[in-house]
Amino acid sequence: MKDIKEKIFQTIAYLAALLTVICLLAIIYGIFHDGLSLFKVVSWKDFLFTNNWYPTHYPPSFGAWALIIGSLTVTLGALIIALPLSLGSAIFIAEIASPRLREIVKPIIELLAGIPSVVYGLFGMAFLAPLIRQWFSLDTGLNLFTSSLILGIMVIPIICSISEDAMNSVPHSIREASLALGATKSETIFKAVIPAAKKGIIGSILLGFGRAIGETMVVLMVSGGAAQIPKSIFEPVRPLTSTIAAEMGETIMGDLHYNALFALAIVLLIITFFSNLITEIVFRPKRQK
Amino acid sequence: MKNKLLLLVAILTLTTITVNAKSKVTCAGSTTVLPIAQATAEAFMDAHPDINISIRGGGSGVGIAALINNSVDIALSSRPMKSKEISQAKAKGINPVPYAIALDGIAVIVHPSNTISNITISQIRDIYTGKIKNWKELGGPNLPIVVISRDVSSGTFEVFNEKVMAGAKVSSSAQLLASNNAVTNTVADTPGAIGYAGVGFVSNKVKALVVEKVLPSEKTVQDGTYILSRKLYMYTNGKATGAVSSYIAFIQSPQGQKIVKEQGFIPLQ
Repeated sequence: MKDIKEKIFQTIAYLAALLTVICLLAIIYGIFHDGLSLFKVVSWKDFLFTNNWYPTHYPPSFGAWALIIGSLTVTLGALIIALPLSLGSAIFIAEIASPRLREIVKPIIELLAGIPSVVYGLFGMAFLAPLIRQWFSLDTGLNLFTSSLILGIMVIPIICSISEDAMNSVPHSIREASLALGATKSETIFKAVIPAAKKGIIGSILLGFGRAIGETMVVLMVSGGAAQIPKSIFEPVRPLTSTIAAEMGETIMGDLHYNALFALAIVLLIITFFSNLITEIVFRPKRQK
Repeated sequence: MKNKLLLLVAILTLTTITVNAKSKVTCAGSTTVLPIAQATAEAFMDAHPDINISIRGGGSGVGIAALINNSVDIALSSRPMKSKEISQAKAKGINPVPYAIALDGIAVIVHPSNTISNITISQIRDIYTGKIKNWKELGGPNLPIVVISRDVSSGTFEVFNEKVMAGAKVSSSAQLLASNNAVTNTVADTPGAIGYAGVGFVSNKVKALVVEKVLPSEKTVQDGTYILSRKLYMYTNGKATGAVSSYIAFIQSPQGQKIVKEQGFIPLQ
């Protein structure tokens, strides 16, 4: 009897895992099925590397280079803004704050992760963009910088809490050894703790990258949506995600434009796949022989 | 248990019969007309529970093609049928009859502080292609122009593209925003901005420009003097009869035209 129960439980767990994998495969199949049809008409080189996204013009052109650059620059900007803040907070929480202060600060930072992205977008559009336009006396506040700033704030909790976990799991003996050798607190943090927690920190940055590049609502509302290669950080851009979201609603199913939006999804999928793959490689523990 | 099952079967059969007894009206076509069709259909079905209206988008061309293939009762179209489409229809024994149901006008808007108040179609085109980059070129303030456009698959862009751009491409540095409201809000916040939105969406936070000497308003769109406007149509095969005819009559009635206005479009009269 006990054996049967055990068997049933194992089978259910197995089926659950199987179903998840099937879901993923079905999504990938669907996206590739609809996206690859574009390349019967448009060469993949033109799609990836030319800069003219005029999907409803006659004749249409599907050059996504500016959209890819849009996604990458916004994400890079977000990481540049998020890294010092989130690593600084992680160091503070893990190494410097008293246990009581840690109990207060950590949940507050993690609360940032619980704010829905549309709320960030609304905040960016209604408050931050007009302020940024005034502060830097720009023509428009909906631009690369504003988007990066908001995305940066959104990825702080991800990078911070995972890095902090990594630093926390560094054995105390390492800190004690460093201090015993006469190193100061900051020398211990930068030369002993951070190198030991390196893997977790890199992994957290890659997860933050994945979060930022996939974010749609915020960039749809704040990036300005101009399909151009930005010449400065204060120019509007048009990331892949917001292009798909804005144009999918009213395209005709089976149209070339429809296929092109799926092809954009393939590009996004490949970018996130590689960032996940690298994360996986970084996190995987070395096998001891 | 068995009784309950029988009862269930009976109820199910009854509901299927009543559903079948309903007359069905199918519509497909323009995404611009879609919100009008949907909102009026809801009000109409409330008043006529025996009529069921189903509506699909797809674009004017798709709706007209569906009418030609006799697979829908009503084609929604944001333009008159092309002569090629009419001859296709005739060849298949379909006789398309147009019913105007609403007017659509788009206003070109700028920040209230902008001193420019008149503009021509060719000036608008030069701004959107990137040829004119500063308001001073039009006699306005020395301020770079921030060009704001709509997403290329929206109906509003479609009118603008057809009436203003005339085959030219909108510059890649133009910001593409996702809704009429996003455009008016952004223009209201940006001193150098120019944008366009459905006439029904223009508020006092922005300034609508006089285009080719005519100020956009309900009246100038209705009498046809404002150039950036168009009629929206429903096409039927032959003169509309039965449920289709009463649905179209409802949209054209004062009650239906009130809904048209609520959706940001302009009533016929």
